[in-house]
Amino acid sequence: MTDLITAELVVLDLVATDKADATRQLAQKLADAGRVTDLDGFLADVAAREAQMATGMPGGIGLPHARSEHVTVPSLGLARVPAGVDFGAPDGPATLVFLIAAPAGGGSEHLTILAALARRLVRPAFRQTIIDAPDAASVAKYVQGEVGGQ
Amino acid sequence: MKFVAVTSCPTGIAHTYMAAENLEQTGKDLGHEVQVETQGSAGTVPLSDDIIAAADGVIYAADLEVKGKARFAGKPFVDVGVKKAVHDPKAVLAAAIAAVENAPKAGTAEAAAAAAAPAPRTASASTRKVGVGTRLRQWLMTGVSYMIPFVAAGGILIALGFLFGGEEVVYKLYGGEFEGVTYENVAGTVAGFPAGGGFDAVLAQAGFAGILFVLGQVAFFMLVPILSGFIAFGIADRPGLVPGIVGGMLANLVGAGFLGGLVSGLAAGAIAYYMTRLKVPKGVRGVMPVVVIPLVSTILIGLLMIFVVGKPVAAAQSALEDWLSGLSGGNAVLLGAILGLMMAFDMGGPLNKAAYLFAAGGLTIAITEGGPGLQIMAAVMAAGMTPPLGMALATAVRKKLWTEAERENGLACWLLGASFITEGAIPFAAAHPLRVIPSCMVGSAATGALVMAFGNELRAPHGGIFVLPLISNPILYLLAIAVGMVITAALVIVLMSLDKSKTEEIAHAEDVAEGVPA
Repeated sequence: MTDLITAELVVLDLVATDKADATRQLAQKLADAGRVTDLDGFLADVAAREAQMATGMPGGIGLPHARSEHVTVPSLGLARVPAGVDFGAPDGPATLVFLIAAPAGGGSEHLTILAALARRLVRPAFRQTIIDAPDAASVAKYVQGEVGGQ
Repeated sequence: MKFVAVTSCPTGIAHTYMAAENLEQTGKDLGHEVQVETQGSAGTVPLSDDIIAAADGVIYAADLEVKGKARFAGKPFVDVGVKKAVHDPKAVLAAAIAAVENAPKAGTAEAAAAAAAPAPRTASASTRKVGVGTRLRQWLMTGVSYMIPFVAAGGILIALGFLFGGEEVVYKLYGGEFEGVTYENVAGTVAGFPAGGGFDAVLAQAGFAGILFVLGQVAFFMLVPILSGFIAFGIADRPGLVPGIVGGMLANLVGAGFLGGLVSGLAAGAIAYYMTRLKVPKGVRGVMPVVVIPLVSTILIGLLMIFVVGKPVAAAQSALEDWLSGLSGGNAVLLGAILGLMMAFDMGGPLNKAAYLFAAGGLTIAITEGGPGLQIMAAVMAAGMTPPLGMALATAVRKKLWTEAERENGLACWLLGASFITEGAIPFAAAHPLRVIPSCMVGSAATGALVMAFGNELRAPHGGIFVLPLISNPILYLLAIAVGMVITAALVIVLMSLDKSKTEEIAHAEDVAEGVPA
């Protein structure tokens, strides 16, 4: 299956005014890669999820995500935001933003991968490796290796 | 300590798993074992029974209704919501530890009290508490949800027996005189099944319709045992099943009906729950679940049902029949109303039986000697038809108040009510006794009184809509039934709506728990 994340879905130095902006920039990457068919439709789905409960996670993580019919393949957009962007976490702004895009239907295989990703996110070592990575390709390779294997 | 946890979140792809990982890692850091069942989009791998049995406490970090919550019944728990587990797993674990430590120690008076009427054993750190009423309702619903298919199977089989066999099918099976022909009893007791070679006699005398009818009776006989057994199962898990089912069977046999079954289910659950938490020497522990608990709990529930429930019920039933005989010379409309109240009160229990036997007994005399017996029979049958019909109507017009299972039972209730199978309403009455039973009683009383006022006469002891040709003034008779049906439905909708948001929430939650899409 298609890799969850590739180098072109990684933004090393994202500058964003707020979480909607950060999400839009990452979603644009997914759209450019042909993984999201309708950018605005997808963003609406993400916003709907975000409205239920803020996705700012402890440890400086923003985790906007949605299962959306505008998504063709399960995908992960990843941005390092050195200046930080507020995702509503109680312990401060997010410096890492993961945008998870999952197709609406489909089997559970890709959901298992996303589950594995979510579990990695709470481990400090996982976050640190991403922050220390030298370039987009190595970020993508590391994340893909951690969660998907293949 | 050992904990089991359930995590879930609205999308089921992020928080569910982050919370799980957090709880597992934090547990490891603090020297506790936490096993998590992630009820997320990637499918749920259920925790094994052994793991659950070994756990000291339960952590619910779930924003959706926990699936299979009955598995964790009786264990100390905290209910925190998924967000807290993501952001502050240490606090969640601390609360869980406190909940276990504050839980009543097995073998103490508090533990016994907790088993009988468990108070919410949540720690103060929890954000959502589960009240006694909610727990009680969950136990009742567990029993009811397992009982509903039996109601449908048994009720429809009996209705088919009437449809193909006519009202005489009852006489052909259980003996008696019908239109000048005297039949022998070939099917044993009403609750039983023909033994040995008896099938041939059933087939010869009552035909295939008779077979359908007795099959329905057997399924029906299981209603109360299944109700009682799974209420106990909801409270105490597997050890509750034996005393629960045996207690329910006894409720049947002593004529205590489904209300007796509620008593036996709750009592059996409490006994089993208490016994599983007794601290016993290691040598005995191995035989506790397979020998000691089933044996002792069955003896206790048996004694309770025979001496505390059975004897008074039997005495009350005969006293009631005498009382009704005394009334039959008086005001006919009042008698009709009283019979209606009795028919709907316990739907197969002692009051219902007393009213029915009083009417059926009077019928035989009235057919040969005249008198009000025919009217009384008509009133009793009509009053027994309105509870299921009223519930069917209520589920049809206000779908949101009921769970999916209840709505389906409501559909079956049209047929069951029309066939004078009052038991169709039992699942509703068992789940919401204080709302459903009064509604049914008022509707049935109105119908009973109206039938007596109209003076309808009925010459058969059973059959519902299938014996309409035998009823005098059938249009007025149907009107009386319709009035009771509408009254019952209207009342139950009002009562259920009093706490509407909560009722809907619970109904929805139960649908989710049973995997029914909303």
